[in-house]
This record gives sequence, structure tokens and C-alpha cells, in this order.
Amino acid sequence: MARTRPEPVQVVKQRRDAALNAIVDGVPYIRFLDIGFDRRGDELTSVLNFDQKLIGNPLLPALHGGVTAAFLEVTAVITLSWEFLLPKIESGELNASDIADYEKVRFPKTVDFTVDYLRSGLPRDAYARAFISRAGRRYASVRVEAWQDNHAKLFAQASGHFLMPQPNVDGK
Amino acid sequence: MVDKAAIARQFIEAIPHARALGLKLTSIGNGEAGITMPYSKELVGDPRTGVIHGGAVFAALDTCCGAAVMSHPSAPGGTATIDLRIDYMRAATPGQTITTQATCYHITRNVAFVRATAMDEDEGLPVATAAGSFTVEGL
Repeated sequence: MARTRPEPVQVVKQRRDAALNAIVDGVPYIRFLDIGFDRRGDELTSVLNFDQKLIGNPLLPALHGGVTAAFLEVTAVITLSWEFLLPKIESGELNASDIADYEKVRFPKTVDFTVDYLRSGLPRDAYARAFISRAGRRYASVRVEAWQDNHAKLFAQASGHFLMPQPNVDGK
Repeated sequence: MVDKAAIARQFIEAIPHARALGLKLTSIGNGEAGITMPYSKELVGDPRTGVIHGGAVFAALDTCCGAAVMSHPSAPGGTATIDLRIDYMRAATPGQTITTQATCYHITRNVAFVRATAMDEDEGLPVATAAGSFTVEGL
């Protein structure tokens, strides 16, 4: 049987970027912290753009522990949502415009989140990546790592549990 | 004698991120602290429901826990978070102020142990609870 021709690269990129933007752009808190996402294939790296208002200890200075936690939690939820939604977007079941529709798309909910503060966050950009240890039908377990200048020296790591979006009673 | 409560209050209110979140220290002393965070559209996690993002609740709880440590009679001064765990019981009701209350229930020369809760106006069930350990540092 003849293999179907692969889609043109710009079509794939446009579809995936539109979907990622639809997930991220609508969230005011992600804008408040100025977090961006760098997509390479199916891998996401989040970037926390430094700003003075993210400082927790003005004497050091260092990033606020709450900012670090929020950055890691945002990374976990967006990565989980992305992995959950990407197959539906690729198959054409969902469009980027559907993501704004509460009836069609729900996001995972955080059940618990534990943050390990390994060293103080420097007053500059930070990066994070989430690894989904397990995504079941109801629960997901996610680990997140955050670093700044040197990827080998994490400044924080976290792990958390999430409740996956449940299908409606009528199976949708 | 040094008024630790006054130092802690000054310290909290000088934190740039505490200001960005609109945090207000409502009570402090003897290893206990209370902090409120007013509802703000900037902190919304899901624009379709208007519910505050869990990360903002985490930041308020972390600040409150730090304040509780600094206000403990045995704490010599500063502190930093070693580890903090948050359990999210339910979504905070949109439009309502979040009130956090933290207790530093044990402190050694090196480590302070803290637990905390976050409430909205329905005081029957907390929005979130927290438990963590903090460093004990000199001034």
C-alpha cells in the first residue's frame, strides 16, 4: 500500500503552534509571571523571563520561592495538557479554536505539588522541563526540573499529582 | 530588645513579589502569621472560570510560612524554604480574598517546621493546606 505523503512542514508547525498558543495565551497568571514556551517537536521547555517583581529576598537578591513553585507548576500543567491534547489536535478531533471552549476542553487539576529548593534562584531568566512519569485515565504523576545558567545545576525540582480531565457522562 | 514582629513585617512588606501579589500581613508573632491575598484578574489560572491559579496560592502560602518562621521566639533572623508541599482541596471561589494562616510548630538550630492553610470566604473547607521545612539563618 502506498504511503501517504507527509504534510508540508509549515502546515504541521502552524497547527502545533496555534494549539500551544491557544493553551497558554488565554491564562492571565502565565502572562503575569511572563512565562513563555519553547516547542521542539513534542518537547516543551518553559522560560521564566526575569523581572524585578519576581524577587522574594531583596537583600541577596533571589527569586521568590512562590514564583519558583508557580513556574514549576505552570510547566507541569501546560506540559501535561499539551501531551493530553496533542494527539487530539494531530488527529483533527480538536482545533486550536476549540481550546477556548470550556464545554470541549478541560485542563488537568493539581491535587498536590511538592517543591524542593536546591539553591537560591538568581535574578535572571530560568528554564524548566516537566517529565510525565505516568498519565493514567484519572491521575497523572509529574516531575519538573528548573535551572538557570547551567542545566546540570538545578535550582529547584518538584513533583506533583494531577487529576486528568474526565469525559462527560455522555462519553464526550 | 529587638521587636521581631516589627522586623518581620518590614521584611515581608519590602518583598517585591509580595507587593506584586498584593499580600497584606494581618497578624504575626510567636511563630504564627496571617497573610491575605486579594482577588485579582491577573492571577487567574483558567480564564473560562475565573479561578485563581494554584501557583499564586502557593506563593501566598510560602510567604506566610516564611513569616511564621521569622516570628518564632527561637528564630535568630532570616529563613529560606527547603521544601514545601501543597495539597489543593478545591478551587478558590472567584472574586474572594484568600486568607492564609501559618504555624511554625517546631524549630531547631538549623530547621524550622511549618504548616499552613489557605481559606476563602467559605471557612468550612480550606482551599489548600501546606507543610514544609525552612532554613534557620542569622540576621
